[in-house]
Amino acid sequence: MSTIESPRPAVILREAAKPRPRWQVILVRPETVTFLLLIIATIVATRLSPFFADLGFILESSTYYVEFAIVALVLTIVIISGEIDLSPAAQMALSACLFGTAYRAGAPIPVAILVSLVSGLAMGAFNAFFITVLRLPSIIVTIGTLILYRGLAQVLAGDKSIGSFPGWFVGIDYRMIGIVPVPVMIFIIASVLLGLFLGITILGRQIYQIGTSEVAAIHAGIRVRRIKFGLFLASGLTSSIAGLLTASRLGSVRYDLASGGELTMVLIVMLGGTYIFGGRGSILGTFLAAWLLVIIATGMTVANIAINAQLTVMGLLLIVSIIATNAIYARSQR
Amino acid sequence: MLRKKLMLAAVLGASLFAGAAYAADPVSIVYIPKNTGNPYFDSIIKGFEDGCKTLGCEFTTVAPASAEATSQIPFLTAQIQRGVNVVAISPNSPDALNQVFDRARSKGTIILSVNSDMPGNEDHRDAAILPVDFTKTGPSQVELLGKQIGYEGEIAILSATTDAPDQNVWIAAMKDTLEKDPKYAKMKLVTIAYGDDDPQKSTTETEALLANYPNLKGIISPTTVGVAAAAQVVETAKKADKIKVVGLGTPNQMRRFIENGTVEAFQLWSPYNEGLLAAHFAVGVKNGTIKNEPGTTFEVPGLGKVTVGEKSVIKTQADLTTFDKKNIADFNF
Amino acid sequence: MSSIARLLRAREAGILVMLVLFALVVGLIQPRFLTAETLRIVLLAVPLIMVAAMGQMMVLVARHVDLSIGSILGFSAIAAGMIFRDHPDWPLFIGFGVALLSGALLGLFNGLVVTLFKLPSIIVTLGTLSLYRGLLFILSGSKQIDPNDIPEPLIKMAQTSPIDIPWIVIIAFGVALATHVFLTYSQIGRQIYAIGSNPAAAPLRGIRVMPVTILVFTLSGALAGLAGIIYAARFGYVNPGITGVGFEFTVIAAVVIGGVSINGGVGSVAGTVLGVLFLGAVQVALPILGVSGFWQNAIYGGIILIALVIDRTVRQGGLRGLLARGGA
Repeated sequence: MSTIESPRPAVILREAAKPRPRWQVILVRPETVTFLLLIIATIVATRLSPFFADLGFILESSTYYVEFAIVALVLTIVIISGEIDLSPAAQMALSACLFGTAYRAGAPIPVAILVSLVSGLAMGAFNAFFITVLRLPSIIVTIGTLILYRGLAQVLAGDKSIGSFPGWFVGIDYRMIGIVPVPVMIFIIASVLLGLFLGITILGRQIYQIGTSEVAAIHAGIRVRRIKFGLFLASGLTSSIAGLLTASRLGSVRYDLASGGELTMVLIVMLGGTYIFGGRGSILGTFLAAWLLVIIATGMTVANIAINAQLTVMGLLLIVSIIATNAIYARSQR
Repeated sequence: MLRKKLMLAAVLGASLFAGAAYAADPVSIVYIPKNTGNPYFDSIIKGFEDGCKTLGCEFTTVAPASAEATSQIPFLTAQIQRGVNVVAISPNSPDALNQVFDRARSKGTIILSVNSDMPGNEDHRDAAILPVDFTKTGPSQVELLGKQIGYEGEIAILSATTDAPDQNVWIAAMKDTLEKDPKYAKMKLVTIAYGDDDPQKSTTETEALLANYPNLKGIISPTTVGVAAAAQVVETAKKADKIKVVGLGTPNQMRRFIENGTVEAFQLWSPYNEGLLAAHFAVGVKNGTIKNEPGTTFEVPGLGKVTVGEKSVIKTQADLTTFDKKNIADFNF
Repeated sequence: MSSIARLLRAREAGILVMLVLFALVVGLIQPRFLTAETLRIVLLAVPLIMVAAMGQMMVLVARHVDLSIGSILGFSAIAAGMIFRDHPDWPLFIGFGVALLSGALLGLFNGLVVTLFKLPSIIVTLGTLSLYRGLLFILSGSKQIDPNDIPEPLIKMAQTSPIDIPWIVIIAFGVALATHVFLTYSQIGRQIYAIGSNPAAAPLRGIRVMPVTILVFTLSGALAGLAGIIYAARFGYVNPGITGVGFEFTVIAAVVIGGVSINGGVGSVAGTVLGVLFLGAVQVALPILGVSGFWQNAIYGGIILIALVIDRTVRQGGLRGLLARGGA
């Protein structure tokens, strides 16, 4: 007994020898970096173009990214659990095309919406089957389903856009709650709910544990596979909701809806400081990062900065943000 | 007397001030092509630039990286926020932009659809500037090919996507011409292939045409990516003497094939003139000198008299321009 | 063990069977598919994929992935095209050199970021996919390289050679052969497999993981660059917004079909070549069968998933064994 315990005080002593100052513990967090970047980006964007500093305009522009941001919230949880999902943008397209096809075939809008939501769940379950039952790596499975889902959307809708939805369905981005467009409000509410879920529920804590060490989580009796299955279902369902929001905003759907969105979603999650290897991250970070992206993208567009510079900046941001996040976590771990 | 002088001075001053304000506040036009890096739209941009140089309007152009349906929307919103007077756009979708167009127009922005229209959604834009009389594209392409193959034999069409609206209008007209005009009775349309305006897919589709129809005499490809791919395949297969390729292409894209004899002739119009015309029309409508309604006519230097047609559609030229060995050296776009 | 399972275990044989079966089925429906002409078309369609697939294969064997090759291909093609356009009097090999070198540099950057900061390659290359596309727009000024500007000898390389098989086909198979020799007979080649099969143990065996990994990414970039110049030869022009877009998925599909394991350490040149040929055959078969091109992506996606399942099944001794293991 004593022989086992004897080295312990030494270890504690060594750890205690260099306690990190409390301000560092609180401030040196990825979310802080995101928040600082958000402030800097806002100042720069205001300087770049006199047309930028207009809350109504920023909120209107944010509706173009908020659909991705809503999915990014769920993606954050998926990544915290140690997996990844690259297929949500394709799921948005396929579920939206199914919605459009059902409507065109004569189904009333509520039924078409149901079709779309069920398809989202089905696609999520399909991903989950490969990942949790066949135990294939999520990275490559979701690259495969990304191509498959978008391909199916293309088979279903061809190159045609399906539209002429009834007036009440179209234009959700222009329905306001106060001055906030409905999709943005959905994003804010979802952020609060998922933030609470992840932060204070037992299930939320278990997800962090799974991401930190899956083996330990299994030994602790956490139902790892069931939880992961649920997360991919949630990802599919959220994607189909985001697809419907997009369909309503555009008033029409096409197979190339949200194409390239996977990059934007991953970018938002990474910018928010979620650790790519799982176990760490927060909804708050993703929430802030979504606004950071809105400010940067809108700021550059309204300043007439060419798209080539925008692609370059987005790519660099993604790389720099993971390097920064990694560095911060490496510090706080030791 | 003094009073009169003062008043005169005030009036002069006011008119001077007004003049200065007018000069400092020219019509601002922005053009949003389908995507960046597309040489076809570079010619339209050149037309806008030259038009604005003479008219004194302010011109800018912004473009998304890819031509998917929604990629133009953030750019459009940003331009409305910048308060531009006229947005000229080559829409990537006939309907996905409707809501944004409506918002722009409610704020007084003039929306011009350039190079293609939005069939069925015409009331969401102010006017459309088309490159040519689209009813002539089909028959004129059939004639161009017929002439080369002695009006006899199997022919095929290589189009863009199955649902490309312009191409489908032209193909319908081609079919109609082949059926109804006895001159083309011996020309048989065997199939329509779709290359999705992707070089790789257009290439494999053309190769499949050659493999599936050994007696093929000619290919019509009414899309710039398709016609270049078709020509390249025919050249690679060394079948230029057996299979004639015609279509719609840009001179720079096709020059090689004309010079080495793979392609005898192809057609297009002038995207440059389209830009020029659009600039004149935009400034005229904004300043109130041109009425945007069917039947209005106005003058564009170098293009002559232009008439606004039904549904505010304006055609830049009546007939297609044919490019061949004799004239291709005169064009650079 | 059943004979089918044993056959599948020899990965290359399995893919070969798939390829032959596919050709026979398509040939039954449309006899025109089984002709020398079709073979010619397939052989012309594959060099682009094959060259890049060799690089991607090495990256996967080292337990990484490179999603940026489409943008690297575009960048190198534009860089070489600009040399051709602005200096028409320079010899052809300078264009080749520029394409290879620019590809290698972009690959090197991937490798450095991945190894120096110990980051997952999939996210890094997702970032550089966008970054390099942006850079190539800046480099080209968003201007296309027109067919006029591509030198005639380069285009001829996609059409002919002294032995009547187009040069690009010879180059593609040459690269495959060289890759095979490199992986099988060189020490570094064997080390790539060792790193992929057990990254933790590799340093203990005296392998310098970092330089080897960087080399693998650099090679992948250089080969994507070579694919860029093959693109210019085959299609006769280079467009900044089109060239190479979505290419990474085609290549990954080919490599995964070829039996290269995404868990690293497993994969062969022969398998990859067969995977590339299989994909080329699908690409050519669709229009010959009259199937809409819209199906292509769905089929690619489906094939990747099926290949993954086969890979998993074979390694775990059948589906039953796989399902029985399910704990947790």
